[in-house]
Amino acid sequence: MEIKREPLTDLRVRQLKSRDMLRGDLDDQELERYVEERVLTTTVDKAVAWAQGNSIYPLTFGLACCAMEQIHIVAARVDIARFGFEAFRASPRQADLIILSGRVSIKMAPVIRRLWDQMLEPKWAISMGACCSSMGVFNNYALVPSDKFMPIDVHVPGCPPRPEALMHGILRLRDKIQGNRPDGWRERYDAVGTEELLPGEASLGSADISVFKPGDTAGA
Amino acid sequence: MPDATELELTAQELRDAHSDSILDTEFHRGRAVLIADPAQIKAVLEHLRGKGYTMLASLHGVDYYPDEPRLGVLYEMLDRRRVERISVKARVSTEDPRIDSVIDLFPGADFPEREVYDMFGVVFEGHPDMRRILMPEDYEGYPQRRDFPVGGEPVLFTYNEEQNYGKYV
Repeated sequence: MEIKREPLTDLRVRQLKSRDMLRGDLDDQELERYVEERVLTTTVDKAVAWAQGNSIYPLTFGLACCAMEQIHIVAARVDIARFGFEAFRASPRQADLIILSGRVSIKMAPVIRRLWDQMLEPKWAISMGACCSSMGVFNNYALVPSDKFMPIDVHVPGCPPRPEALMHGILRLRDKIQGNRPDGWRERYDAVGTEELLPGEASLGSADISVFKPGDTAGA
Repeated sequence: MPDATELELTAQELRDAHSDSILDTEFHRGRAVLIADPAQIKAVLEHLRGKGYTMLASLHGVDYYPDEPRLGVLYEMLDRRRVERISVKARVSTEDPRIDSVIDLFPGADFPEREVYDMFGVVFEGHPDMRRILMPEDYEGYPQRRDFPVGGEPVLFTYNEEQNYGKYV
């Protein structure tokens, strides 16, 4: 059904119209227009994705010098509270997002993997900085790249990345969550089918996933 | 720093007290180094501590490959009253890397000795808890030795992603 929207009229006019509607004074055509003006339709998937993408709770977790930049994204200049990400959780069971901010040593990798396993689905991971993604200047016996032991959604390059860069990475993650972009980690790592679904529950086929298109504001 | 004369006097004093305890001395760019016999390192440090060098500022290892004996353990001593520093170096071989622990004299040597053991494989005899401190406990090899491969991994970028390196399973 194609919806043609009239430009919104004056508030006073709309209030009068509401009074008419309650009295039952509106005829069929006017009543239909009245409903169209006031009802927003969307799918549950889109609504859930919209909510998830705008309320990411990162884990309070810093590894090295990148953590300094990570701290700055909650401060006043690049304020992630604007997007609803400011609630850093102290427990992995409450967190949606883990930001690996720094170098990961061989000894630390099992600890991080354990934290990642403790997080509940849906969960996302950002690999921040050169050390965590490609081991950077510490490409030697001591470190392990984060791709080796857990799936990463977004890599933020830099040494260290500026807070704005991490902010951009988080916003890219939000786009991914809200749009169900097909370049997710399950595809990259051949992990399709490992979603945590209850027995008997149908798995999510690609046809069921609503695809976010630029300009589509119905779910946003 | 003690000057070259004082270094020689200190070395002679140590040789008088413990024969053959000081093998050589080095004075280079204002840094005084006593090269000690590893078998008598404890006696040397105890004597220096009695002389006023009461603080063990640092304890670290060096690999002098290809010189023999390859490994060196360095003790940086500090006299806090006169603000004088002197280094004591003990060379041990890789075949039998053993040296006495000085944890009885300087309790702060605990973690540095474990680090030297971790990175160079020098066993400090008499240390109560001689195990790795930085690397995982099941790690093999001593990574700061010169003949240890630097290691590292080929990095996964977009261009070599098809090689399926680092595939998550």
